[in-house]
Amino acid sequence: MKRYNVQIILAVALAILAYLAQEEIIGKYALSVLMFMGINVILSTSLNLVNGYMGEFSCGHAGFMAVGAYVSSVLGVMLFAKDKVFGPALLDPSLSIWVFPLIVIIGGIAAALAGLLVAIPSFKTRGDYLAIITIAANYIVISVVENIDTIGGARGFMGMKSVVKAMGKTIDMPWMPIWVFIFTILSVWIIRRFISSTFGKGVPAINQDEIAAEIMSVNTNKMKMVAFMLSSGLAGVAGALFAYILGYVNPGSFTILKSTEVLVMVYLGGMGSLSGSVLSAILFTLLLEALRPLQIIKWVVVPFLLILLMQFRPEGIMGNRELPDFFPRLKRFYAFKD
Amino acid sequence: MLLTVENLKVKYGNIQALQGISFNVDKGEIVTLIGANGAGKTTTLHSICRLPPPEAPKVVEGDIKFKGESILSTEPHTLVSVHNIALVPEGRHIFGNLTVKENLTLATYARKDTEGIKRQLKHVFELFPRLKERENQRSESLSGGEQQMLAVGRALMTGCDFLLLDEPSMGLSPLLKYELFRTLKRLNQEGMTILLIEQNASLALHLAHRGYVLDTGEMAAEGTSEELINDPEVKRAYLGG
Repeated sequence: MKRYNVQIILAVALAILAYLAQEEIIGKYALSVLMFMGINVILSTSLNLVNGYMGEFSCGHAGFMAVGAYVSSVLGVMLFAKDKVFGPALLDPSLSIWVFPLIVIIGGIAAALAGLLVAIPSFKTRGDYLAIITIAANYIVISVVENIDTIGGARGFMGMKSVVKAMGKTIDMPWMPIWVFIFTILSVWIIRRFISSTFGKGVPAINQDEIAAEIMSVNTNKMKMVAFMLSSGLAGVAGALFAYILGYVNPGSFTILKSTEVLVMVYLGGMGSLSGSVLSAILFTLLLEALRPLQIIKWVVVPFLLILLMQFRPEGIMGNRELPDFFPRLKRFYAFKD
Repeated sequence: MLLTVENLKVKYGNIQALQGISFNVDKGEIVTLIGANGAGKTTTLHSICRLPPPEAPKVVEGDIKFKGESILSTEPHTLVSVHNIALVPEGRHIFGNLTVKENLTLATYARKDTEGIKRQLKHVFELFPRLKERENQRSESLSGGEQQMLAVGRALMTGCDFLLLDEPSMGLSPLLKYELFRTLKRLNQEGMTILLIEQNASLALHLAHRGYVLDTGEMAAEGTSEELINDPEVKRAYLGG
């Protein structure tokens, strides 16, 4: 029984969410906040893999998000929607339900490949220099997108709404919240499995002492590549979902500002704490929404809160501990660390 | 011969650190490489281990052979997982944030034999009972001597049969030094081949079967430990009288 507790809770939560969304008990606004929460969870946990567990400073996460967003958007529109540039739909819209998760995953794979842009230089450099390379990677992606006219350039790209509609027409269900929920859980699960595996232990080893890791038979280059590609791939998945929720993407949403937002979530939650990242992503999303009435002043208040946090709790909400270190009773439901 | 180093010339940038040294280590031996600061001892070891840059010294000439095949182009991590050569680096390089147990298990990264790992862990705890006591403590909280024990224990956990030690006695109290060297002797009696690099020449020579004396990148003397201990030149320069 104990083994399946969490799975059951998650399944019930998904069912409740789908029901609430379907019957429109929670409004469109609340639903979109919930979905952005999921996306932020994916973003912060995946960045934590590099910044927290591996100890590198990557600040170009939004760039990989953009790759995932654009690749999956273009693919989706090409296959299932009528578009000025890409012509009529290539596949029958009723297939969209089955192909949509694939499209998201392909977006993730494309972003993982873009992650090589950072992974390969990381063999030779680390620390501040690698941080600069990650910024450069972010700018490269944005500039490339801005200069390709077929996908709208700086004006942005749209048409994803019709793909989402096609899914809804085939089977009437709130597909976007369901997929966001599934992919969020999936990515947290993947990261958790990765870092608690023997293979994944190489990542904190690199963080601690690269030389020692190497002489303890850890293939550091391979580990770095895996970690960077996994991290950027998941960012790509988040970007893909982001694009389909909004139905519109433009390069402006994936600038260094977005990367900074993700960084803030990671440091807010605590480096090297998976549950911390999840928690802080949720809190941060809520905080941004709560402060929405302040409009532009929000960007004064939020950074200020961050400064206060760093003053009084410099290690973030969770430090590098996990939830059950604070609430040992949770261990009854789930083994967080092996 | 297990390890053969032939006419090794090594450069760091423009500085020639080794001027062509040759030595060898046979199976089951303890061989020590002694010499003053800057003689090129650590450079020799780093050349054997191919440590990742920027530590990697550039081999300009010569060859390093392990069991007859050149290991000059192998990567450090395969040196451990394929050739079973483990290094106890200078300054210990333990994973401070991890517990003693985690440090030891991390060293079994490339190993698949669960039974062998268990036996090895038992053996390490038997060699170093202090590590067993501190099993779940973060390793940065250990004393210097215990950290050195952990570094040696961790190298053993890789399942190596050839151990390279870089100044293991550095910063240890005399008592701990003797204890560590006794353990090394025991390991050797159990079949471990050891290449020991030491500043403490007298201690090293009393442990080793054979020794080499390095002086500013050149081999100054070589022979069995007794020969070296009795060599007036070595005595004057390294053994203090």
